[in-house]
Amino acid sequence: MTDLLNKHSFIELGARQRAKALLDPGTFRELLDPFQRIMSPWLERQGVVPQADDGVVIAKGSIGGLPVVIAAIEGAFQGGSLGEVGGAKMAGALELAAEDNRNGIPTRAVLLLETGGVRLQEANLGLAAIADIHAAIVDLRQYQPVIGVVAGSVGCFGGMSIAAGLCSYLVVTQEARLGLNGPQVIEQEAGLEEYDSRDRPFIWSLTGGEQRFASGLVDRYTADDVAQIQQHVSELLQQGLPAQQRSRQADLYLQRLARLDAAPQIEPATVRDLYQGAHS
Amino acid sequence: MNTYSLRGLNWFNALSAGAKPVEDLPASLKVADGVLGNQPVRFIAVVADPENRFVRARNGEVGLLEGWSLAKAVDEVIAADVDKPHKRAVIAIVDVPSQAYGRREEALGIHQALAGAADSYARARLAGHAVIGLLVGKAMSGAFLAHGYQANRLIALRDPGVMVHAMGKASAARVTLRSVEELEALAASVPPMAYDIDSYASLGLLWETLSVEQIEQPTTADLARVTECLNQAIGDVAAHGRDLSSRLGASNRAASSKVRQLLRAQW
Repeated sequence: MTDLLNKHSFIELGARQRAKALLDPGTFRELLDPFQRIMSPWLERQGVVPQADDGVVIAKGSIGGLPVVIAAIEGAFQGGSLGEVGGAKMAGALELAAEDNRNGIPTRAVLLLETGGVRLQEANLGLAAIADIHAAIVDLRQYQPVIGVVAGSVGCFGGMSIAAGLCSYLVVTQEARLGLNGPQVIEQEAGLEEYDSRDRPFIWSLTGGEQRFASGLVDRYTADDVAQIQQHVSELLQQGLPAQQRSRQADLYLQRLARLDAAPQIEPATVRDLYQGAHS
Repeated sequence: MNTYSLRGLNWFNALSAGAKPVEDLPASLKVADGVLGNQPVRFIAVVADPENRFVRARNGEVGLLEGWSLAKAVDEVIAADVDKPHKRAVIAIVDVPSQAYGRREEALGIHQALAGAADSYARARLAGHAVIGLLVGKAMSGAFLAHGYQANRLIALRDPGVMVHAMGKASAARVTLRSVEELEALAASVPPMAYDIDSYASLGLLWETLSVEQIEQPTTADLARVTECLNQAIGDVAAHGRDLSSRLGASNRAASSKVRQLLRAQW
């Protein structure tokens, strides 16, 4: 971490480069690559230029010798939003990974999440695709871990934050944010007093990677470094399924929420204390 | 005059008449075990609780308590039927205006609470329970993802107040840098962007749409019609499986099928 010359930023990489960087050298094979031009059928008629991969890269390969499919969202295209095609790519890849496992092939999945959630230009088809992604994560998780990485700089929001919450393990950087509602939308719905979407330190203090790690809502907190992120993902894949999925801890979280005085507005430290983050 | 919808509550009360209420849940969650036709089912609805201790979740929004409590209510069904050959159906009555938007919610990880709910519904489906979503009002965004969208079959009542969408109009306009009028004009020509249930039905995601006489407070005839339809849906799940593939096939969702087909070929 101190050796800046040997540090390579993961955040600065695009989705395709990120997938390549995580996979064992020489194993990257992209499915539905941009030359096949499977693009959104909805954007052009709304005056938005579509992209040849619809902002989602699906790649098969291996990590530490284990068979993996990576679904990487391109945060630079339409804010990483999921439309029909990109959403179907991710859902379809997860569905096939689950099918592999039923056929004795232990395919794991790694999701690189840089996304604002549903692409509003394809609203209900994005939402439906995200429901399919949720279903497929829960299905695949019966057999193998699904690992989510939120590196930044877009963060992970909307229905895809729920997908993150379904992952077996989550890896974040300091730059990452993880939350259901985007700051602008909360401000729009609840007012400036409730949520100031322009106050960046405030937003990171509540939803940033460091806070999420200290609150036990993610599993690994890492520097923005390709080698370190690769190492975390590889270790988590080797670990296999967790003893308890985070999304299956309703009783625990309900007990914690029951202890909270919900009347005063909340501070980040309150969440850390309440959730007794194991890593604080 | 209520600022929140009572549809979910009214349909829950009508459908679960005579059913056994499940206790130990927040007031915003209505859960009861009963029978539908001759099949055992669990009814679940998220309703408004004006006294909700989370102030941003007082109008029927799905918030922290609702998300985790949905998970608990569905997990109970999975656990109770784990050794039974016939798994009881779960009926999610959907009238949810949105997820809760608030500082407390984000800070405490509302995304994780909604993941808990989606997880349990999906696992119920995988365990062989028929999960049926009955849309009687709004089915919005994260709230619908947590309560209803993991169902094997979705049934919507045909009414202007029944709508599925990713975001309310005002916020959607702000995020896409358009006026509400521009957004409405676009929605009229792009089916996935529309707010009405017929446009939504054209995407192939609904198993059935039904007309009723009194959507706000069902009549005896309404109740009979919806009950029959729910029973048919349960039967259809038993006959045709537990995954979500029945949602594919509409021409307005053709790309979703094509992508899957190509992925499989290249896998």
